[in-house]
Amino acid sequence: MESLLTWIGDNQQMIYIVLLSIFLGVEVIGRVPSVLHTPLMSGANAIHGVVIIGAIIVMGEADPDNYSALLLGFFAVLLGTLNVVGGFVVTDRMLEMFKHKKKG
Amino acid sequence: MVSLLPLCYILGSVTFIVGLKMMSHPSTARRGNLVAASGMAVAIAGTLFLYRDGGKGLHNFGWIASGLLAGGVLGVVAARKVRMTAMPEMVSLFNGMGGACAALISLSEFRHEGMAAPFTLAGLVIGSVSFAGSMVAWGKLNGSVRDFAFRGQHFVNILLFLVLLGASIYMGIAQVPLLIYGITAGALVYGVLFVLPIGGADMPVVISLLNSFTGVAAACGGFLYHNPVMLTGGILVGSAGTILTILMCKAMNRSLLNVLIGSFGGSGSGSGGAG
Repeated sequence: MESLLTWIGDNQQMIYIVLLSIFLGVEVIGRVPSVLHTPLMSGANAIHGVVIIGAIIVMGEADPDNYSALLLGFFAVLLGTLNVVGGFVVTDRMLEMFKHKKKG
Repeated sequence: MVSLLPLCYILGSVTFIVGLKMMSHPSTARRGNLVAASGMAVAIAGTLFLYRDGGKGLHNFGWIASGLLAGGVLGVVAARKVRMTAMPEMVSLFNGMGGACAALISLSEFRHEGMAAPFTLAGLVIGSVSFAGSMVAWGKLNGSVRDFAFRGQHFVNILLFLVLLGASIYMGIAQVPLLIYGITAGALVYGVLFVLPIGGADMPVVISLLNSFTGVAAACGGFLYHNPVMLTGGILVGSAGTILTILMCKAMNRSLLNVLIGSFGGSGSGSGGAG
């Protein structure tokens, strides 16, 4: 119990961020027209690509002689980049299509 | 020396929020996507050049650059070439990549830090489930994976979930290094079994759900590194994704539970009524 309280004390700020972000996420999406469901899902998919930052840190702190760690980190960076770049480009294409439909 | 990095991270977090907000209105949606993308670029560039841990910057830039380059080129080509109708499966694929990325981060952190933080484990399990599930969803959408349910699968899933949970808690107490691979394997199997019985037509809902899973996995990484932008981005997607999943179900006049276990009624296994 005591260790839990210490942990909460040490990570207060993080816990506040988490709590507020949960409510923010719910509010931000509030009322979305159903046509936008798929593009929004795709956009959110690109945003969770922030994991790439963790992958960069892992890779950047890995021992240069430890090839298994380097390889693991390399794949993490590669996959994370795919998520971010691919995610944003696909979303852009979806929204582009959406615009055309509206005009036509 | 004063660092600009916190500013980059604040900028990143704000653009994610504003971007999501703009993406939920038809007229601003496309610009919203660009706003979020530019914030992401700032956060990534900031991490690359300004990150310091105990006075030391990052190294292995050759490896990082090649990973970024390969991923970037592949991502752009894949996203540009995909047919309009195949876009949801592309999203699923990219989502799986993100989940795998989170799982790999946890795996390599575990190697040199022991298993101190439960967040490493949580990131590993959630990321793996999301990766495996997204791959199955991807396969279903492009027609290479059929719907598959066996008698009592519901029960097997719950059992596997409990075993995973138990193993994770045991791992936290007893520190058995090899168990980590067992947990990873279990999480991958769970991801597959979770998505397999769900009908192909319901895949968008499932992808949206797995999307929010990956968000939570990313946030676990945020806890691990005390990195605020990973935390805000991850949790934001986690909660917005969950709401979006529920909205998608509502648009189909169904409940989420109905989508997730609905296939059991249809498969004639007779256990559908229990859910």
